[in-house]
Order: sequence, then C-alpha cells, then structure tokens
Amino acid sequence: MRNVSVIGVGQTTFGEHWSLSLRDLVTEAGVKAIENANVEGKDVQALFGGCMASGRFIGQEHIGALMADQMGMNPVAAYRTEAACASGGVALRLGYMAVASGMYDMVAVGGMEKMTDISTEDAAVALAGAGDQESELFNGATFPAIYALMARRHMHDFGTTEEQMALCAVKNHGHAVHNPFAQFRKAITVEQVMDSGYIASPLKLLDCSPLTDGAAAMVLCASDKAKDYTDKPVDIIASAQASDTLALHERRTLTGLHATEVAAKEAYTQAKITPKDIDLLECHDCFSIAQLMALEDLGFCKKGTGGRFVEEGNTDLGGVIPTNLSGGLKAVGHPVGASGVREAIDVVRQLQGTAPNQVQLKNPAIGLSHNVGGSGATVVVHAFKKGF
Amino acid sequence: MKEALPLMWRNIPERYNLLGSRCDTCGKNYFPQRKVCPNCRRKGKLVEAKMPETGKIVSYSEVFVAPTWFDHETPYFLAIVELDNHATLLTQVVDSKREKIKEGARVELLFRRIYEDSPEGAIAYGYKFKVVS
Ligand SMILES: [Zn+2]
Repeated sequence: MRNVSVIGVGQTTFGEHWSLSLRDLVTEAGVKAIENANVEGKDVQALFGGCMASGRFIGQEHIGALMADQMGMNPVAAYRTEAACASGGVALRLGYMAVASGMYDMVAVGGMEKMTDISTEDAAVALAGAGDQESELFNGATFPAIYALMARRHMHDFGTTEEQMALCAVKNHGHAVHNPFAQFRKAITVEQVMDSGYIASPLKLLDCSPLTDGAAAMVLCASDKAKDYTDKPVDIIASAQASDTLALHERRTLTGLHATEVAAKEAYTQAKITPKDIDLLECHDCFSIAQLMALEDLGFCKKGTGGRFVEEGNTDLGGVIPTNLSGGLKAVGHPVGASGVREAIDVVRQLQGTAPNQVQLKNPAIGLSHNVGGSGATVVVHAFKKGF
Repeated sequence: MKEALPLMWRNIPERYNLLGSRCDTCGKNYFPQRKVCPNCRRKGKLVEAKMPETGKIVSYSEVFVAPTWFDHETPYFLAIVELDNHATLLTQVVDSKREKIKEGARVELLFRRIYEDSPEGAIAYGYKFKVVS
C-alpha cells in the first residue's frame, strides 16, 4: 500500500439543471477536476464514477463507458459504482484503492445524478430503491418514512426534539448562503422548518434534502508524485467502508447507524487519530435526524446527545467540530450519486484554504467525510490531511 | 415501482401466512425469509417458521406523502413491530385510534389488501397490524 493524495477537484453547481443532461454534468465536473489538477486527460489511467439510478431517472445505464466517451478519454478503463446515496463515496474509495495498490498512478473519481427530468413522485420511487423493495416500499415506506422511524425512536429513547432536528437544517442553510455551488443559498428559521408540513412524521419538508442535479469529481495520484502537479495536495489518510442490513427493521438499533460506527472506528485506526484530532466534518444529512445520529455514531458526542450537542453550538464555525460548512445535503442539494464525492471535495477545499471566506476555518489540518447509502446499509468514511 | 406479478406471486406464501425463517442452530427468527443465518452462516440451519401474530410497536410514523399507488391511503401509519419471537417487521398499522399508536403498544396481525395494481389488474395482499386495546 502506498499513500494517495487529492490533486484536483471540480463540480457543477447543484440545482435543477433543466438545460443540462447527465452527460453534460459529469463532463463539466470531470474536466474541471482535471484542469484543477494541472494534468492532461491522458495522464488519467482509470475513471470511477458513482451513480445510483440513472436507469430510473433518465433511462441510461453503462455510465462507465459514457464518462470515458464524453470526456474524450477512450480507451481508458472506466467503472460505475452503485451503492445508493453512497455511490460517490464508494467510487472515491475504489479509486483510492486502485492507486494505493499500485495498479494505477493517477485516476479520476466522481459522482453524478440527474434527478429532475422525471416527476417528484417517480423520483421518490426511484430513491426508495435504496431500501428493501420487498419489505419496505411494498408496504408503503418511502425514504423519508424510513428515516422518520429512526427519528421517532431517537425522540422516544433520548428526548430528542423536533426543534433540535430543525436546527440542523437551519445551520446548514446558514452555511450554504456562502456556497456558490449550493442549490439553496437562503437562510431559514426553526419556525419555517416546524411549519413546513409533515412528509412522514416527525420529519417535515424542510428536514429533508431536495431532489438535485449535479456532478462532482476529483483527481487522485500517488502521494510521492502529488507535488509535481499542485502546491496544495491533500492526503487521504483513511478510507473505510461498512455494510448493514438493507432493511431498517432488521438492524440491531433504530437510533444509530452501526455501519457508521464500524467505518469510523476503522478509519480512526488507519489514520491513527481520534475524533478530537478532527477539525471539520462533512456528514451525510439526507434528513436532519441523520446529522444528529452521524455526530453520535462518528464519536463526536455520546449516543443520544446529538440534539443538545448541536443546540450548544458545537457544530458551528468556531465550535468543537464545525459540521457541514458547505451547507450539507440539505442546502447544497443531494444528487444522490454525487454527494459522497461532493462531501469529500468540501473537506479538501477547507484543508486547501479555498472554501468561501465566510466559512473558511483558520488553518485546519484534518477533516472527515461521511457518506451513507440507503438508510445505513452502506457507509463510507474518509479522513483527509493537509499535505503541504 | 410496483412489484412485477411473478415477484408478487412468489411472495404470496410468506405474506399471506406470515411465514419467516427460524435458525435451528442459534434460535433466531427472521422475517422476511432468509436463506442464510447472518449469525451462523454455513453452520446455521434455517427452516420455514410461522411467525407469531402479536407483538409490540418499536417505532412509528404517519406518512403524508406516498408513492402514487398509495396516494389515496394517505395519511397512513407505518410501524416497526417486534413480534413475540423477537423477529421484527415493517408494517402498516390500521383500524387503530391515533393516540394508541405509540412505542410499546401491543399489536395483532390482520390480513389486508396492500394495493391494487390497476382497476382491472392484480391486487397485492399482505399483512397489516392493529393496536390491541
Ligand atoms: Zn443461526
């Protein structure tokens, strides 16, 4: 195993891109990442692209070949990864493994989704494919409903409140105001979240991440070559992934994601760090309750105390663990296949000092990205360290 | 997506009769059925087992936005239920007073229509639960 660094990042703006197709989006993100890395397309030896449900969303499969074709990179080897909303995180991890193993010296990884070409109802059904079709969707369980079942039990066991969950969305929106790539650059209030109407109680519309079009990409290379291309390489110091049951009801607990705990523990061991060493977190807040559980499962606070932890300002700029300074999935938007890579990119930007001024931390050294597939059946955790 | 007819048909025995799996090696119960016991893997011995028809609510949600073919049912209650043999399942809770649907509430099995494929099409049947008052 050898060390791997990020040498370039790129993304499209996230939002409803009615004038852009999936191929436009992934090509824009890929070309931007390659430009940002100061490399030539021919230097990139393989592509790994996460995409959850292009067949459902736009009728297109064979996304690996599509990426290589549209970016003019044939005959390079190209792979599509699918792990629901963790498709992008898995692509990043496979790209990391490909370089760490010595198989390739430089690869591009990315994620993409084009979700707004079909109706909101059809999109919700496509997303429900992330759960267990035969035991969840068959009985009328949409994706928000699955997370609502977790939220309700978290409230029951720990006294977590709907206001505490709402606060996650409010804080994330506050950060996204400064993010030029975000879908919603607009502050919201707890009252607005509370009044936004139940989708699946206790989760309301503004507890939920939106439907989004977008793509994100990074270029990875062997660390010993990274300085040949950039002054500001960021090293990947941990890459871990874990699985759990596809259906929520078969898990050991409803109030946390065991796969997050497992992946985090492995990542901390690889990087020889503890949560105290981490300067910022981009976590997978597909629903507000998911952010509270992530803070607990990643070890930033004790199980059950996530609500209070957020309320006390620990996740704010200047707090113990500034979280989702990008705006998170809630406000940046959640093109499901892309989010895992976008989370990683926003950690890299903070470490490089290229985040928007208003949310840029002072000289952070280590950041964590956390990407969840489905309701927790796949979790990917990466740790990054400033490499300059 | 609504289920294809062959899948709906294959699942009839387990959904109509609440047939799950029990591992003869470790004693754990599973619903829906599994082919391999995650506890014991190849040492496990899964046999078909009728699940108990009563249990208790572990968590619940009232669903207001649903897949189109459940639209006319909204709002409806979903719950995760722990059956008396500790197997768990996700189910709709019907025929119950709203204030009785809560964590710990005892529930019992009902056999119900889940959805209609189309006015002339197949009707999917399965399990739902109600709170026992
Ligand atoms: Zn067993």
